[in-house]
Amino acid sequence: MKYKKPSRNFITYAMVVVVFLLCELALSGAIDGFKMSRSLKGQLVPICVYIVMAVSLNLTVGISGELSLGHAGFMSVGAFSGILFSQFLLYAFPDVNLEIVRLVGALVFGGLIAGISGVLIGIPVLRLRGDYLAIVTLAFGEIIRNLINCIYFAIEGTSLNFGFLNPNIAGTMIINGPMGATGIKKLATFEVGFILVIFTLIVVLNLINSRSGRAIMAIRDNRIAAESVGINVTKYRMLAFVVSAALAGMAGALYGLNFSQIQAVKFKFDTSILVLVFVVLGGIGNIRGSVIAATVLTVLPEMLREFGNYRMLIYAIVLILVMLASNNPMLKSMLESIKGKFFKKSAKEGDQA
Amino acid sequence: MIQFLSYLLNGISLGSVYAIIALGYSMVYGIAKMLNFAHGDVIMIGAYMSFCAIQYWSLPPIAAILLAIVVCTALGILIERMAYKPLRSATSLSVLITAIGVSWLLQNIALLIWGANPKSYQSLVSFGALTLFDGQLHITSETFITIAANIIIMIALTLFTGKTKMGKAMRAVSEDKGAAELMGINVNATISMTFAIGSGLAAIAGVLLCSAYPVLMPTTGSMPGIKAFTAAVFGGIGSIPGALIGGILLGLIEIMGKAYVSTELGDALVFAVLIIVLLVKPTGLLGKKIHEKV
Amino acid sequence: MSQKFKREPVKMVPAPSYGILPERDVLSRPVLETRNLGIDFGGLRAVEDFNLVIGKTEIAGLIGPNGAGKTTVFNLLTKVYQPTMGTVLINGRDTAGMTTVQANKLGIARTFQNIRLFGNMSVEDNVRIGLHNQIGYTTAAGILRLPSFWKGERQQHERALDLLSIFDMQDLAGHQAGSLPYGAQRRLEIVRALATNPSLLLLDEPAAGMNPHETEELMENIAKIRDKFKIAILLIEHDMNLVMGICEGICVLNYGRIIAKGTAEEIQNNPVVIEAYLGKQKEG
Repeated sequence: MKYKKPSRNFITYAMVVVVFLLCELALSGAIDGFKMSRSLKGQLVPICVYIVMAVSLNLTVGISGELSLGHAGFMSVGAFSGILFSQFLLYAFPDVNLEIVRLVGALVFGGLIAGISGVLIGIPVLRLRGDYLAIVTLAFGEIIRNLINCIYFAIEGTSLNFGFLNPNIAGTMIINGPMGATGIKKLATFEVGFILVIFTLIVVLNLINSRSGRAIMAIRDNRIAAESVGINVTKYRMLAFVVSAALAGMAGALYGLNFSQIQAVKFKFDTSILVLVFVVLGGIGNIRGSVIAATVLTVLPEMLREFGNYRMLIYAIVLILVMLASNNPMLKSMLESIKGKFFKKSAKEGDQA
Repeated sequence: MIQFLSYLLNGISLGSVYAIIALGYSMVYGIAKMLNFAHGDVIMIGAYMSFCAIQYWSLPPIAAILLAIVVCTALGILIERMAYKPLRSATSLSVLITAIGVSWLLQNIALLIWGANPKSYQSLVSFGALTLFDGQLHITSETFITIAANIIIMIALTLFTGKTKMGKAMRAVSEDKGAAELMGINVNATISMTFAIGSGLAAIAGVLLCSAYPVLMPTTGSMPGIKAFTAAVFGGIGSIPGALIGGILLGLIEIMGKAYVSTELGDALVFAVLIIVLLVKPTGLLGKKIHEKV
Repeated sequence: MSQKFKREPVKMVPAPSYGILPERDVLSRPVLETRNLGIDFGGLRAVEDFNLVIGKTEIAGLIGPNGAGKTTVFNLLTKVYQPTMGTVLINGRDTAGMTTVQANKLGIARTFQNIRLFGNMSVEDNVRIGLHNQIGYTTAAGILRLPSFWKGERQQHERALDLLSIFDMQDLAGHQAGSLPYGAQRRLEIVRALATNPSLLLLDEPAAGMNPHETEELMENIAKIRDKFKIAILLIEHDMNLVMGICEGICVLNYGRIIAKGTAEEIQNNPVVIEAYLGKQKEG
């Protein structure tokens, strides 16, 4: 019996790659009649961003078992530090035209800063459990948004000026307190978004299917038993939290560089909740489900555009109905039996996507 | 000094509103163990109902308040029956997401009926203001009535949960649902009752909130909702005096923070204090300690 | 029983029960030694004056009526609770202030009265989690799929199957742990604890819920584990056939205090023990 992991992850990767290639085909317009609408084109980068957000939040909520209501906070940290990085390079070295370096650099920098804030926030947050942990992540999300509203960054030559609660700093404003970041050079592309999605999937799926991932899931399933076999609970809860924060930061950086201006309000509580909805509807701990849910639920409101003002109403009703249906014992057992007919049940399916 | 006194009163008044909202959160959490994120939007519906009663149907203020309470109470029971009851045995995360769905639903219904433009709310409890210290200190009637309403509600609820049969049933269900059911308590009716009371209180909070801060939009309820939820956790979720203390402290911190530290950082300060409190006392100021059995 | 127990001098020959020890243990350091161990829960003294020495390859039993404080003793030994009195020495090292994780690394592993498996994971993964500190590679190696990842995974896989074969469970490796029958879950918990390479294994009611045939098998396996891994085992059990059958030393606990120690024979004939279990004859 040779050790071999089921190839479920392969399906996830294949699915993402195929959809990406189809989108590219539609964008190129090579086939008549197979084209993409303008509004859908505009959604391509946000879809990538939300996939990364949902997958990374699933690492915290599904794999690590901590309900986080402040994921958008890390996204905004990544967005603003990424914008700062890319705008700084743009102004400081105007002669060098290296968009891809600025973009990738911004993603890495955004992820790094978000990861660091993940450590700082994780230290107090992970001392709590359950609903109390949830409310504190919510509080941190709001604090981050509030603090970013007080931050001013301006560039003067090659030097960066910083002001806290003080907009009177010299130079060209990059981040302007409540007005947010303005005059951003848009850099985000669908291709880089796709690469970020693949990167996220590799990190999260490989982490889950490794020694550390098993330790994280062991703590989620039974903390006391995990401690009894010598697993360092703090370390692995922190690991999951920080990786999740860093990936959210990268998603944020990509998101920020997709607009010419952005405010911290974009990343308020509602955004955290929206991503949480993706995770829950896609299936807790199910990474592929998160990818699908994030894609469908980002496109859905666009599809519902013809319903005008009713579209968010429909969205809300659909959400409630889906939650009621998916928790209905009768429907559940029916689904199980259908599933049982089509797929051979494997004991390992529970946690791997 | 007089300035400080004025901030103090404003803080207690705002805190009283938070406390009344927090009660709804706290009672529902205590009994159904769920974070009812739609609670903030029930406040908004209550405010709109009283607004319509005054503006369009020219009802007297008392009737408007009563109408708001009746509508919100019915709404609370309806939400619980339709959306939460089928999920009694579901995971808490499913219930949370459903509550969020209900919250979006209420906001969008309000958006469709009343539009996105803010309505300027006419105070229902305005009887002029009390002026002291040669006009240096203004105390509005809204401040007085809010604080008075808070005190009355707290006393009434404490008596209700302590003395009446229904109140005792509520405490029993929140302690142990299974055991309460075996003792012949109608758990479903008790939970409905809790939602009814919480939502009725939300209507009162909506009227008071909009009388003091007269801007009414479909999203009016969400921020006070989150803050009141914070207040409930802060004081120890599930506890009535906890909600009172949590609410008042939160209101004071917010007003004082905005006045003396920085207007922009007021909200951050509120949440920072919450975090510190939870780190020192992980179940809130008056929360019960939980022991894990090995 | 009202008489105050004298503190026992620490003997170099480990003696939970005044002797009866495998000869090979004489003069070797005891694997576990507790001195005047005790804990208060807000005024309630759950365990006090708990003195016990367990030799290197000894099988010892901890018995007593319900609520006597047996599981509390386990929780004290594994540092789930911090004792308010006394000390616990594992392999001669004082464990004061240590965490459960550190105690496990020192060589103490346990099972739980109410089974605590990682129910959603496979049987093999449960054992692999036990191997966490035995066969390791870094998180980065796991994410980047470096050679050390493949090597570590292969070693974990082989070792896990090896350990599962103690109870003939290697064929169940791919099953979901939570779906196993009760007895198999108890056995899996023992395997998981063994995976951490302990020198002392604590079993909390290992035979609970097993049928007589399974219990018989378990007895053989416990002895087999001791012989194969050369470890000491301390078990809490209500099944007296099992306790009397395999324990070389037995310690009886009542109201948080040790009321008797000795061999199976001595315990069976001890009037204090009989009284604790059956009550005074006058009252009966």
